[in-house]
Amino acid sequence: MRRLLFNSVVRAPLTEPAPPADDAALAELAASVERNARRRLGRSLAIREVDAGSCNGCELEIHALNNAFYDLERFGIRFVASPRHADVLLVTGPVTKNMRTALTRTYAATPEPKWVVAVGDCAFDGGVFAASYAVDSGVSSLLPVDLHIRGCPPSPEQLLRGLLTLLQTSARSERRQP
Amino acid sequence: MSLLLHLINQFRHTPGHGPWPRVTVDEATWRLAGEHLAVGRWSLLGLWGDADVVHAAVLEGDDMAVLSLDCVAGAFPSLSQYHAPALRLERTIRDLWGLEPQGLTDRRPWLDHGRWVDDDPIHRGGGATTTDTEYRFLAAEGESLHEIPVGPVHAGIIEPGHFRFSANGETVVRLEARLGYVHKGIERLMAGSDLERASMLAGRCSGDSTVAYALAFARATEAAAGLEAPARAHWLRALMAELERLANHLGDIGAICNDAAFALMHTNCGILRERVLRAAYDCFGHRLMRDRIVPGGVTVDIDARREEATRALIVEIERRFPALIELYDNTASLQDRTVGTGILNHQLAKQYAAGGYVGRASGRDFDARRIPGYSPYADLEFSIPVLDQGDVNARVWIRIREIEQSLAILTQLLDGLPPGAVRTNLPRRGGEGLALVEGFRGDVLVWLRLAEDATVRRCHLRDPSWFQWPLLEAAIEGNIVADFPLCNKSFNCSYSGHDL
Repeated sequence: MRRLLFNSVVRAPLTEPAPPADDAALAELAASVERNARRRLGRSLAIREVDAGSCNGCELEIHALNNAFYDLERFGIRFVASPRHADVLLVTGPVTKNMRTALTRTYAATPEPKWVVAVGDCAFDGGVFAASYAVDSGVSSLLPVDLHIRGCPPSPEQLLRGLLTLLQTSARSERRQP
Repeated sequence: MSLLLHLINQFRHTPGHGPWPRVTVDEATWRLAGEHLAVGRWSLLGLWGDADVVHAAVLEGDDMAVLSLDCVAGAFPSLSQYHAPALRLERTIRDLWGLEPQGLTDRRPWLDHGRWVDDDPIHRGGGATTTDTEYRFLAAEGESLHEIPVGPVHAGIIEPGHFRFSANGETVVRLEARLGYVHKGIERLMAGSDLERASMLAGRCSGDSTVAYALAFARATEAAAGLEAPARAHWLRALMAELERLANHLGDIGAICNDAAFALMHTNCGILRERVLRAAYDCFGHRLMRDRIVPGGVTVDIDARREEATRALIVEIERRFPALIELYDNTASLQDRTVGTGILNHQLAKQYAAGGYVGRASGRDFDARRIPGYSPYADLEFSIPVLDQGDVNARVWIRIREIEQSLAILTQLLDGLPPGAVRTNLPRRGGEGLALVEGFRGDVLVWLRLAEDATVRRCHLRDPSWFQWPLLEAAIEGNIVADFPLCNKSFNCSYSGHDL
């Protein structure tokens, strides 16, 4: 029984190297992400996710990047448990005042070179939560943001697209000075 | 007649409050309510602040009511001195409204971390918040005890919160959570908002329950405005709600198994979850179905082609899921981790009126789709699974059975979808409304007051997690630290929904 299940996962991959024809955009994106990741980072990009006040919608879609359909790890992009291991901070939420310190410390704990990607409409400028006594107006109010991925929440495909943009940008610009 | 109805009939019912009555009681009755809650005669569904008033939503059998008490000189008798589940709610009222619960046994701030320096949360009379940012955790004393602080930034892709373990070796002696990190001030943002914006805010309290929140907000608004949404809208709302339940339960079952290092279940459940989200996108144009439910109805109708997407999904899950259930049930190493782990006893589940799988896995037979019930569930056939064991395994099985029930409900919804409009206009009028809706995690409560121009004057949203977080602390006691992720995931409480 288990063998059967295991085979159904490994033998008929949902993550086709040549994705279905109706999903050409994703295929193009996948190939492109891989090329850039390899050139800039030698097939390795470590992401530390920080929720700075999100509704958890963005987290759900970031999680989805790891499922068999998107399988982020095939590009060498993976999520790590500590900012010490990270190249990228993926920050969601408008940045609540109660999370400011934790976010600042996480950023400080991330070694150079590092990039900050703000995910979601509220991470962009506070979104619907802007003007509240309890939030700042987006991630860039606290940290230098290299890229915003908009959406409420952005779909896994948009997130992939965003990471591609980051790779292109980071390949051009040199490391951020502390 | 229930004691609750008998009691509230002694007071004048607030006009324009629906669908259940609200009465302003005297202090003696408020205290009496505390005693009824303490002996388990009533369940506390919510407790929230207002301008110099506190409100408590209570349930007895299938009777519900809101009791309100005017706060003389900014104080009210604490309910938590009778009934512990009110404790964090009262600390929150103190943080956000500056109202003083007299007799409050725990006077530490809860959502207020001393960071809202320049501003006044909701109605506290201005000025700075607490300046004492040092939070004292409850002490556990004894030989060879040590503390393990975890968070607010966790190792996984999850929401922020702090957990303080006191452990003896590997065994957890006490867990205390500190929450509030993602407090966004949603209730104050609600005040003065028009319905469109307020509905968006409601749908962003907890992203995994965006449908449940939008539905609860819409129902409370319709109750306040004295309006019934069209029949087809009710059925489409239920369709979205069951898809949301399906997606979350599938994700949870996989994630729980993953926390026991059993990745195969996680992978397969993740595939099914992704299929649900894609079907949701095909049907309603958004993977999480956000902003699709609004006061007055829904914003999107489905046609035969979209209906087919859902039917295909049901077929796919019915084909794949039984093998996964079998895999879960027959893997001894996995069962070894989930059976007998993180037991929540029935007494606590009942006392805290724990909703959702947390309550139902510990023998609390409650589902808002039945009591108080709302359209269209009375027209549908489904059962509500209840188990007694109260361990991680039971919480997994409740989810498994609920997935099966949701699939059956979805088929009935598609077969019986009534024709007609999907949205009506709301009359511009004031009023007060209450709604209780069953999200995947448990019952979501929304209470609101509309001004005459149909803007929101005050809105309170209570996540089921309020009554589940404290129980996690009880369930983990005596377990090993390494089983905490497993227990935590089996509860899957919301941080954002709780912190607001």
